[in-house]
Amino acid sequence: MSGEIIAAALVNGLLTGGVYALVALGLTLIYGVLHIVNFAHGSLLMLAMFAAYLMATWAGIDPYLGLPLVAALMFAVGWGLYRFVIGPVSRGEDRALLLATLGLAVVLDNLALVLFTGDTRQLETPLTFAMWQVGPLLLSVPKLISFAVALVLACVLWAFMALTDTGRAIRAVAREPEGARLMGIRPQRMFALAYGIGVACLGAAACLLLPSFYVAPSVGNVFMLVAFTIVVLGGMGSFPGAMLGGLLIGVTESLGGLFLGESLGPICISVVFIAVLLLRPTGLFGAAR
Amino acid sequence: MTNSLTGIRLTRRAALATGAATAATLAAPMVARAQPAAIKLGLIHPVTGALAFSGAQCRLGGQMAIADVNAAGGIKSMGGAKIEALLGDAQGKVEIATSLVDQMAEAGAAGFTGAFASNLGLAATTAAAKYNLPFSIDSGIVDSITTRGLKNVFRFFPNLSMTIGGAMPALDGINKAAGSPAKTAVLVHENGVFGTSTAKAVADGLAKIGIKVLGTFPHATPTRDFTNIVLQIKALKPDLVMMTNYENEYVLAARTIVQQRVPLMAMYSVLGGGFNLKFAKEAPDVAENMMDFNHWYNVKDPRSAAFRKRVEGAGHVLTWEVPFGYFAVKLLADAWQNAGTADKDKTVAALAASTFSDHFMPYGPTKFIDGQNQGAQAVALQIQKGDIAVVWPTEFASAKAVFPRPKA
Amino acid sequence: MSRMAWMGIAVLALAPFALTSQYLVNIAMLTAFSAFLGQAWNLSGGFGGLTSFGHTAFFGLGAYVAALFATRWGISPWLALPAAAALGGLAGAVIGFASFRAGLRGSYFALVTLAFAEVFHVLATSLDFTGGGQGINLPLKLGLANFQFVDRRASYAVVLALLTLAMAVAFRLRGSRFGARLAAIRENEDAARALGVDIVRTKTAALALSGAVTALGGVVYCQTYLFVDPQIAFGVERSVEMLLVVMIGGAGTVWGPVLGAIALHLVADTSRAWIATPGFAPMLYGVVLLAIIGLLPGGIVSLRERLRRA
Repeated sequence: MSGEIIAAALVNGLLTGGVYALVALGLTLIYGVLHIVNFAHGSLLMLAMFAAYLMATWAGIDPYLGLPLVAALMFAVGWGLYRFVIGPVSRGEDRALLLATLGLAVVLDNLALVLFTGDTRQLETPLTFAMWQVGPLLLSVPKLISFAVALVLACVLWAFMALTDTGRAIRAVAREPEGARLMGIRPQRMFALAYGIGVACLGAAACLLLPSFYVAPSVGNVFMLVAFTIVVLGGMGSFPGAMLGGLLIGVTESLGGLFLGESLGPICISVVFIAVLLLRPTGLFGAAR
Repeated sequence: MTNSLTGIRLTRRAALATGAATAATLAAPMVARAQPAAIKLGLIHPVTGALAFSGAQCRLGGQMAIADVNAAGGIKSMGGAKIEALLGDAQGKVEIATSLVDQMAEAGAAGFTGAFASNLGLAATTAAAKYNLPFSIDSGIVDSITTRGLKNVFRFFPNLSMTIGGAMPALDGINKAAGSPAKTAVLVHENGVFGTSTAKAVADGLAKIGIKVLGTFPHATPTRDFTNIVLQIKALKPDLVMMTNYENEYVLAARTIVQQRVPLMAMYSVLGGGFNLKFAKEAPDVAENMMDFNHWYNVKDPRSAAFRKRVEGAGHVLTWEVPFGYFAVKLLADAWQNAGTADKDKTVAALAASTFSDHFMPYGPTKFIDGQNQGAQAVALQIQKGDIAVVWPTEFASAKAVFPRPKA
Repeated sequence: MSRMAWMGIAVLALAPFALTSQYLVNIAMLTAFSAFLGQAWNLSGGFGGLTSFGHTAFFGLGAYVAALFATRWGISPWLALPAAAALGGLAGAVIGFASFRAGLRGSYFALVTLAFAEVFHVLATSLDFTGGGQGINLPLKLGLANFQFVDRRASYAVVLALLTLAMAVAFRLRGSRFGARLAAIRENEDAARALGVDIVRTKTAALALSGAVTALGGVVYCQTYLFVDPQIAFGVERSVEMLLVVMIGGAGTVWGPVLGAIALHLVADTSRAWIATPGFAPMLYGVVLLAIIGLLPGGIVSLRERLRRA
């Protein structure tokens, strides 16, 4: 195997990892605050992708331009879902939260099936085939854009959580719900906010994915396992962790696929995941649980 | 929006009316009391889950056929008996497919069509065999569906070995007509039962027509990124890339090949999951000149043009699953007509002796041996100017193959 | 429980034998099978609080043992039962020991089990030994000696026997000292450790027990449908169904999985029978799921408590 291909695979892995990180950022926020595995994450990504797709096909808005709109819409969806479905159904209990997101995923996936049929759709935008030539490598421009936005988004989220009052309040609720309540913070309100922001991130991810991927009611499942893996690897709630976890998984997947074939290759993701968890149970960047 | 397919309201929002075929036939006896009892027909497809799109397309075809038969006065030899659809969602699970057969048999089903996926077909036909109820396969390609000695199973369409048996001579013919420029190929296939068995047979077939296989790339479903595979293909410099996978991966892989500017004479897929009119329309830059050996109708038959207009006029995409679903039902209706009864043993006998010819598939009249229609065949297709053209065999061809494809 | 209640349960369990409808017998079988798998999950997930997302790993191992016994080695499927149980138990012990020694709990443990199942999924897809993605078709050889039955009532009898076994294990577990240690860990791990409970060992034993029982289900599935492929064996859907059945019915209770299975099948099967439009039936299922979670946080089992209080 030539060095050129290995180098290309490495670069491609990093770029793909950026896309994965994008999907994982929202998940790690939700995970970090609510301490649950959000089973509806994939379904919400799918919903956001359909929103971006419909916007492009009906109103002719390019997904890149429509990004703020879709993100805002998804924030509203996420906030509403927590406020009116997940929150009341689970009453804040961990197990019930998990089940609620699971039930929600079933409803959303099949709602999409009713609304859009099981059809696979794709969108060709002016950038779909844009490639950037670097030496012998051809790099996909949509992927470079996703990568850059993922980096920016990770920084923005980190800054929001660390520097703003709302961010601090969310973190306080995540760590000590009772203590925060005594300070006059209403936990359920913060949870809904965090869920909304996490889902808004998916809106951004959807717009960036659309030009280089496809949309179908089952598309969310394609990213679910990977996103979970990244979040746990990076340490739950850690944005730099999600970013680096994404890159690590992207490269692992790419090189694994190259050396073991795309059939056996995916095993590398699970093996790395298991190995990291067993050797460093809090993830690469996680603080104590 | 009133659906011109069935004459029944079938708007997306009023999707509840999809059971409309049932509703229509239920309503019919109230109008005319003298009508003979309706014949119940079980349609078993995966209409939710990963296979939902294809399953729904098959069901659509089946429902169109039922509507047509009923609109034309039902089964005439049975006093104009109407067909009543029993719709079942197998969800892609063999347990549920089996359960649906039991349920429908007890609800009085006189026959079945289904089940899109091979494993569902295997399970459903086995279950139907217990009752010896006729089962008309509308899709489900593995040979073993009809080679297990089940007397009740009939497949109007070609099986896997017939399909691949035809794919290689077609490729050879197209290649020879251009002066045999293609000498090497690379195979890309999904690693499930469908892709693996197809790729194996393709590799054997290529050896026989003097095309060397430079590499084989199996991949998982779903695969999120094809860049690695495509870069390796690029390094091998093949003349042809031959893919066998499902729609999502087909779309991604084809797109990546264009993105990475892999110079090819042609992409020639065998049963390419994403090769359809929607692909031609949504991704014209990728799709143009792609070839696929697949199921299709006889485009020269004027009835097929009318059929396509109906499907598209109702807002659907015409994929091969629709005529498959359609003629699987028509075949059964023809057998009922000939048998003059919906009695299961007599229907099975009528099917076995069937010479059904009222169709626009490139097959000729049916002739069943062990439940497999011997005249069935797939054809070589190419996307030309955003539409699907038949390019092989010559007797059904609507256009000449563009091969090798012009250099960009 | 009163004698009356026991008799009622026995009548209910045996009633399907009197049914003439193969369809209904089949539904009864699928329900009993769900209840069995749920109970198997419940042994560790409910009684021990070890929420697993990857239990299908054990199910799949069992299914592949049966398939390989039949096709590769020509060994009686009856022997596949103990072999599968042994393999499932071993897998549970290994996964459990590695995870619990590393101190994985809660969602970390859940996700690591998911990853293990995924490893098996990829392996089964890629190895020729397991038939790759094509899976394995078992030859049709009906008869008691071959553990294959054409009458659904016979299949139901087999599943019912399996469920009875799992129920017996659950009853036994609940009353045992081992069960008490497990419950102590579930309620408060630190307190249990202070009392001298060997945490890693107890949890590992629970997962091994659950793995062994779950694997039996794989054998029976394979013998019933005569087909196994990586998705059927190791697909995440089955893991999720196992956990759903238990949590809806009531985790850590003996009757929870049975009630959960009955409720979920009732919803799924009737909605499928009534609604033909693609997507509506599963959507309804999801809504009912949310409703049960919201209205009965302790599972269906807790209904009795509530009624008594009311």
